[in-house]
Amino acid sequence: MSAVTVPPVPEAPVEPRVNYLNATYGLKSWLLTRDHKRIALLYLGTVTVFFFLGGLFAVLIRLELLTPAGDLVQSETYNKLFTMHGVIMVFFFLIPSIPAVLGNFLIPMMIGAKDLAFPRLNLLSWYIYAVGGLFTLWAVVHGGVDTGWTFYTPYSTTYSNSYVIVTAVGIFITGFSSILTGLNFIVTIHTMRAPGLTWFRLPLFVWAHYATSLIFVLGTPVIAVTLLMVGVERLFHLGIFDPKLGGDPILFQHLFWFYSHPAVYIMVLPSMGVISEIVTTFSRKNIFGYKFVAFASLAIAVLGFLVWGHHMFVSGQSVYAGLVFSILSFLVAIPSAVKVFNWTATMYKGSISYRTPMLYAFGFIGLFTIGGLTGLFLASLGLDVHVHDTYFVVAHFHYIMVGGAIMGYMGGIHYWWPKISGRLYPEGWARFAALVIFVGFNLTFFPQFILGYLGMPRRYHAYPEEFQVLNVMSSAGASILGVGYLLPLLYLVWSMRYGKQAPANPWGSTGLEWDTPSPPPTENFAVTPVVTGDPYHYSPEEVEVVG
Amino acid sequence: MADAIAPATPADPGHATEPGVQHQFDTMEQQREASSFGMWVFLVTEILFFGGLFTVYTVYRHQYPRAFAEASRHLDIALGTFNTAVLIVSSLTMALAVWSAAVGRRKAIVVFLLLTMALGGVFLGVKAVEYTHKFHDHLVPGPSFHFPGPNPGNAELFFSLYFTMTGLHAAHMIIGIGILTVLVFKTRKGRYTPEYHNPIEVSGLYWHFVDIVWIFLFPLLYLIGRHIH
Repeated sequence: MSAVTVPPVPEAPVEPRVNYLNATYGLKSWLLTRDHKRIALLYLGTVTVFFFLGGLFAVLIRLELLTPAGDLVQSETYNKLFTMHGVIMVFFFLIPSIPAVLGNFLIPMMIGAKDLAFPRLNLLSWYIYAVGGLFTLWAVVHGGVDTGWTFYTPYSTTYSNSYVIVTAVGIFITGFSSILTGLNFIVTIHTMRAPGLTWFRLPLFVWAHYATSLIFVLGTPVIAVTLLMVGVERLFHLGIFDPKLGGDPILFQHLFWFYSHPAVYIMVLPSMGVISEIVTTFSRKNIFGYKFVAFASLAIAVLGFLVWGHHMFVSGQSVYAGLVFSILSFLVAIPSAVKVFNWTATMYKGSISYRTPMLYAFGFIGLFTIGGLTGLFLASLGLDVHVHDTYFVVAHFHYIMVGGAIMGYMGGIHYWWPKISGRLYPEGWARFAALVIFVGFNLTFFPQFILGYLGMPRRYHAYPEEFQVLNVMSSAGASILGVGYLLPLLYLVWSMRYGKQAPANPWGSTGLEWDTPSPPPTENFAVTPVVTGDPYHYSPEEVEVVG
Repeated sequence: MADAIAPATPADPGHATEPGVQHQFDTMEQQREASSFGMWVFLVTEILFFGGLFTVYTVYRHQYPRAFAEASRHLDIALGTFNTAVLIVSSLTMALAVWSAAVGRRKAIVVFLLLTMALGGVFLGVKAVEYTHKFHDHLVPGPSFHFPGPNPGNAELFFSLYFTMTGLHAAHMIIGIGILTVLVFKTRKGRYTPEYHNPIEVSGLYWHFVDIVWIFLFPLLYLIGRHIH
């Protein structure tokens, strides 16, 4: 992991300036750092490892599904594969990805602060994350867990013979790293803003992270205590969800989704923040309807807590509860659509340049829209009964999580790469990779909509022969997608040593984080900046410094 | 306020204008605001954390009111009341410790912190006695659980919740005592002044919070519904 996170030592004559990367040297200076930028890189390294590990399980799943017969792995093994894929991708990649990497790196710089409010807590959160990750890896190595990432009771509490407790403990621990990150962001945004930086001068990236942090703080404790209950039930033979004693497994589902539905917004809200920054910069336009976009983030966070029951339409929940949850779920579409429309309006008559981050932003807007619209299908009671637990659901949430969250993450990594590394990534390769990812993604997941609609259930390792063509398409797409994800890993690592030196503001962006050199000094700003205007003040005449 | 880019490194906090101000803050005021706000946010997460358990308790209590009342009568109300009193007094001594810190009476801080810890210890001791009684009475959920009344299954549900909720509360008490231990050592080293004592203040917030959790647990588990037959 350190091989990925620790950039090579820059050659002395080229970069004489002291920055956060070369201020101190040695493993200790990284592992004991309190600099939010270095902690962001520690996170970058670890989430990358988990991303490719989770991806490996996806590869095995797609290989098994190449043929209708369950021939590559046993059904038990297959259960473990999709469980580990889900657990790792959700809890160890998607949730920490943008907040802990880009949010950590950028929020203090965007608000003109020297660091987050609690730097030691920030480092602690990374260690907690790493320890939680090790527990989960231990479970993977010793044979994995087979409950699905949802840990539904009573299977998880009573019947499963896999490493449920260890995995649950891993997720429980990692939850506290989310809580600490969210807490740190909230306190930082409240108390550390530079002089003149009022709430409505905050970049939308910060607003999005503020909304995300609210979910971290309000949601994560609930999943923690829920997994704790599952753990003690398994360990001490207590009977909290045990139907034999009158316990209610549906109650577990309520508690689980009370966090895990908002968790979807933990994944996608930060991405939306990234997209707001990218779209304005590369359209050379100010954001259309700043306050609407900012409040849409908060609205999504708040509404997100009121819709969990739409995962339980067929679980025996009361029909009236189902109706209410259905209506509330439809409401989430409003702030989401506000954002999509406002980004589109921002681009309208803008001077658009098709750089890599912008390509990802286009990808995000299109794919998120498809994911969101199919979410409306699933929020309708009647249709959900038909497609519940089919590949339609799988395709829908991958459009949100991969097409949305990861597109935003990739776009953000490219957009801020010059700031983070001080180097420019190779534009041609990056555009090519973005295109490969877009094509690969759609080929992988669009056929799954059709499969689900035709009735192929999720979580089976064998399927009827008539589904093979679509499954082969999906597996082929997955292999293209895999290549698309490997390319950035290669050229970004390459660019850390061989990339062109980045100027302070290669994109001609108006964000505060571009006011300081690339890479920034440890204290971010030589002088605490005084903010006198809005975060976006573009004019079409301005040109980029690079290109 | 930083006047040069170069020399500041993570190892060298630098730039602190007032003693006790960490490098990321400009003023003591900002630091104090951040740390107590941080603790309040943390307590919000704690409310949600316990909230999950309280929800489960409420649902089952609503579903099985008689069985829960019956099981509740097997708890020792005298010990529970005693423990409640102990915790309320410990909140008083904690508040006095914070007050002593604010007026700069170092010896008084140490005395009050130690008193608070001692009361916390008494609480945990009494709790251990209660747990032992339950163990002897076969009221610990599991294969050896035996409940003399009707609906033993639902009673086992009650005791599962009883042990999870009070156990989680006790874990918070143990963490609190650990934090106070650190504070005692730091106070004796003279780390805290009337201007800078927010660690004591925010630890006090935490201690009071844990007490308040008990104030909710006690009636829910011991008191409500004892009269139902």
